[in-house]
Amino acid sequence: MSEGNFTLDGEDIPFQEGQTIMQAAMAAGKYIPHLCYHPEFKPHGSCKLCTVRVNGRATASCTQRAASGAVVESNTHAINDERRALLQMLFVEGNHFCPSCEKSGNCQLQATAYELGMMSPHYDHFFPNRPVDASHPEYLLDFNRCILCSLCIRASRDVDGKNVFALSGRGIKTRLIVNAKSGRLADTNFSEADKAAHVCPVGVILKKRKGFAQPIGGRTFDLNPISATPHPTIKEG
Amino acid sequence: MDAPTKKLKVATTSLAGCFGCHMSFLDIDERLFALLDLVEFDRSPITDIKHCGPCDIGIVEGGLCNAENVHVLREFRANCRILIAIGACAVNGGLPAQRNSLSLPAILEEIYHAQHGLTHGSIPDDPELPLPLDKVHPLHEVVKVDYFIPGCPPSGDAIWKVLTDLLAGREPELGHGLIHYD
Amino acid sequence: MSTQNTSDTVTAILVRHQRDATRLVQILREIQEQEDWISPEAIDTLEQELAVPRTKIEAVAGFYSFFYTRPKGRYRVLFSNNITDRMLRNIPLMERLCASLWVERGKVSEDGLVSISTTSCTGMCDQGPAILVNNMAITRLDEARVDAIAELIRAQVPLADWPPEFFHVEDNIRRSDILLDTVLEPGDALRTALARQPNESVAASSSRSWREGLPGTEGGPAAMLDEMMRSRLRGRGGAGFATGLKWEACRNAPLKPGQQRIIVCNADEGEPGTFKDRVLLTRRADQVFEGMTVAAYTVGAQRGFLYLRGEYRYLLDPLNAVLARRREEGLLGSNILGVPGLDFDIEIHLGAGAYVCGEESALIESLEGKRGTPRNRPPFPVTNGYLDQPTVVNNVETFVAAALIALKGGDWYGTMGTSKSSGTKLLSVSGDCARPGIYEYPFGVTVARVLEDCGAEHTQAVQISGASGVCLASSEFGRHIGFEDIPTAGAFMVFNKSRDMFEVARNFIHFFAHESCGFCTPCRVGTTLLKNMMDKLAHGRGSLYDFGEIEKLNQILLATSHCGLGHSACNPVLDTIEKFRPAYERHLLHDQFVPAFDLDRALAGARQMTGRDDDAAHIGDME
Repeated sequence: MSEGNFTLDGEDIPFQEGQTIMQAAMAAGKYIPHLCYHPEFKPHGSCKLCTVRVNGRATASCTQRAASGAVVESNTHAINDERRALLQMLFVEGNHFCPSCEKSGNCQLQATAYELGMMSPHYDHFFPNRPVDASHPEYLLDFNRCILCSLCIRASRDVDGKNVFALSGRGIKTRLIVNAKSGRLADTNFSEADKAAHVCPVGVILKKRKGFAQPIGGRTFDLNPISATPHPTIKEG
Repeated sequence: MDAPTKKLKVATTSLAGCFGCHMSFLDIDERLFALLDLVEFDRSPITDIKHCGPCDIGIVEGGLCNAENVHVLREFRANCRILIAIGACAVNGGLPAQRNSLSLPAILEEIYHAQHGLTHGSIPDDPELPLPLDKVHPLHEVVKVDYFIPGCPPSGDAIWKVLTDLLAGREPELGHGLIHYD
Repeated sequence: MSTQNTSDTVTAILVRHQRDATRLVQILREIQEQEDWISPEAIDTLEQELAVPRTKIEAVAGFYSFFYTRPKGRYRVLFSNNITDRMLRNIPLMERLCASLWVERGKVSEDGLVSISTTSCTGMCDQGPAILVNNMAITRLDEARVDAIAELIRAQVPLADWPPEFFHVEDNIRRSDILLDTVLEPGDALRTALARQPNESVAASSSRSWREGLPGTEGGPAAMLDEMMRSRLRGRGGAGFATGLKWEACRNAPLKPGQQRIIVCNADEGEPGTFKDRVLLTRRADQVFEGMTVAAYTVGAQRGFLYLRGEYRYLLDPLNAVLARRREEGLLGSNILGVPGLDFDIEIHLGAGAYVCGEESALIESLEGKRGTPRNRPPFPVTNGYLDQPTVVNNVETFVAAALIALKGGDWYGTMGTSKSSGTKLLSVSGDCARPGIYEYPFGVTVARVLEDCGAEHTQAVQISGASGVCLASSEFGRHIGFEDIPTAGAFMVFNKSRDMFEVARNFIHFFAHESCGFCTPCRVGTTLLKNMMDKLAHGRGSLYDFGEIEKLNQILLATSHCGLGHSACNPVLDTIEKFRPAYERHLLHDQFVPAFDLDRALAGARQMTGRDDDAAHIGDME
């Protein structure tokens, strides 16, 4: 397998043929902000948080193959401004009330916003009306927090072989749906053993009766910023 | 920090909030004394002054849920050179904004007419009472806000950091541990 | 309709489509046509008989504007809402129809008979205002026609029995050149291509002088490719990639076992203001298919698709008739024109109301029966296209030009136009001019010349290449149409001095927000934010603050969007801010930031519930 090097913010990063910029950066211990990327799944390239400049051209680093000699910029003032704006878009698109969210402290959206110093949502809120689905005996779906990253879709389809989740609608009306005529999670074959039950980066797919189990101060991103632990195994209970 | 020759005027208020951010402000503890060397308070629950005059910094807790909140916020914006939104409610509407998915008439109907156990309920209509807005809004959707201190509430340390950054003429920045939304 | 009937209808459609899930978009369209909507019961049958998860079916059904998963009435009236329709006063006509039928815009009438709403440009800009009724195009709307339609709907007259003149679509060809003047006999171009023999240098330069399935002695494909190279033809869909290079790349792409090469004609003419492909498909359908067949011969493809936008549903039957005739004439099918192994056939897929499917990789997704989400690229369609097979996607006009090149040669074609833009270009002219319609010019024509020819007077601006294109002010009318100056997919919308260019840009931003596929954050949320900001200005609530916000948002969309839709969503605003700043300044009524919403109106619900109307029950705009 052939290898090469590119530079990330001036530092040499080695890569193997076929690796994306994101994969090579993570292997080298470098953090590029991201939400829809997860090392265990096929890259999706939709959240665009990981946008970098490759030889001056903007591209998503999770889908862009690394190329030898490329000059990649990531941690610059201008790029982080764009990322912050993308985060702000995600925050105003849904209903993200961190103080009352069980995922707070373990949420990648929140932690990424901390990392990038997002002090406010900046834009006018959409305040959409998205009813929760509490039909399932063990799990709650709170669509208010969905960022449409498709990780649960990929996990259910590619790992669980179930297709419990999908995106329907279009544009700003894009929404997460479940595999049941009733539209209710309880009427799908979703189960706690599914990979899809454990990949949501935000607080949509939640185990019932387990909320707020960790005290403030002891949660994943209380302990370390997300740049230090981009994909911690979030312990349940 | 060198004491400036003239103290900065600071006003604070709580709109659709719980005063938790003000309580947290008091959590800067003995640093209050250092702060009082630099600032004097205009309108604030601390002073009980009812209207603010020209100020250098206005600190507003809580979002906008009724007409009075709007009037107070406009008074602050008109008088304060720098306006700071403090806490989750001021920043994104917070807990009160969780009513935004419901229609206001439906809420009033439920609370004052339909709720179980109510007899002869009526919706308060006294002109003294401010009317609620159809949705709860964070401050920046109604006036221009200069700085934000997120958190529910932000810690005393976070508040101290932003204020001291500002007083020293630095762009306020909260690092890991100080910036949080809950 | 009963559940049993629905199930039978769906099953019959599925049988016609061999229960092939890659044909899901076509299957859903036929269900929609027969049942008026796609009911949960219809999805039940699809789920069982296609053996695909319900999520997949609902994901696709929910993506396309013309698929309804809730009842939308037996008559579904959609008013084309391009800026040219707006200028022809479509909204008052829509309101008239709504009032006449007692139905609220966007809602279904209480009796479930009719719904009335708007849709993106339907490609009838030269004969608007236009509507679609159950996806059939009706043009030249006026009050009398609106009243007649209301009567027909009230009387529940089947669409097939409506006056045929309602559905008449004019070609309006105003100026023709080589493309429109040359009338090919079916098969002529192909016969000429077959007869071509490569000279020695061509044979040597080609990595393969034959293609799979053809005798090794057949030299025509390489020779034809050489003609394409020499013609310097560039794609007519707007991007302008060299057609010869694209064909060569597809031809040289390796095939995995069981794979074949694919030719796709992109007839998803969704760019607002564009309608030249509609005219080509009406007047020159044979030439379109012949160009596709020449391409198939050249690259070694056996299967072809014409992806026709759903708005052109009325063209489906005539086009299928042309395909059937060509099969009978030996111009499609096996051993075309008697050449053993020269096998190629074409089928037509209809879109269902999704502009983004004009992007080639989104189009391919749609052909595969999926949501029209643009793919991550590379790899590109020429190597990994339809069902991962090497695929050429070209515009309708490109294939017509290719047929012409096959007949008359690349050198002949290359003499026309300019050095970087050979040949001619069809322009779809609409808006403020005396003679809207199709104009064919050699590349290099000036904007001023086109304006003169179409009878435009007191012209303030021209929007070229649609919403995603460029807006020119009068000082730029000396510029030239061509890839070296102003590239275009063909739209040419004229605005006279009475038009508010801010409103033009706002119309385009609404279009992009409606058509964003929703895949990536910046375009999904950003186009809606941009729309809200433009609406804020329109509602007189703008200040310089908002101006700065719009400019910042433009930059984010440009830098981080997934595909061209998001990248170009900024263009109309950027162009008009730069060139028509006074049009914006008229909307900046405030020195200071003003909220986007009306605070006093935000108290209306509380006033109503409390019965109060005292001073304190109101909030003024300023204090």
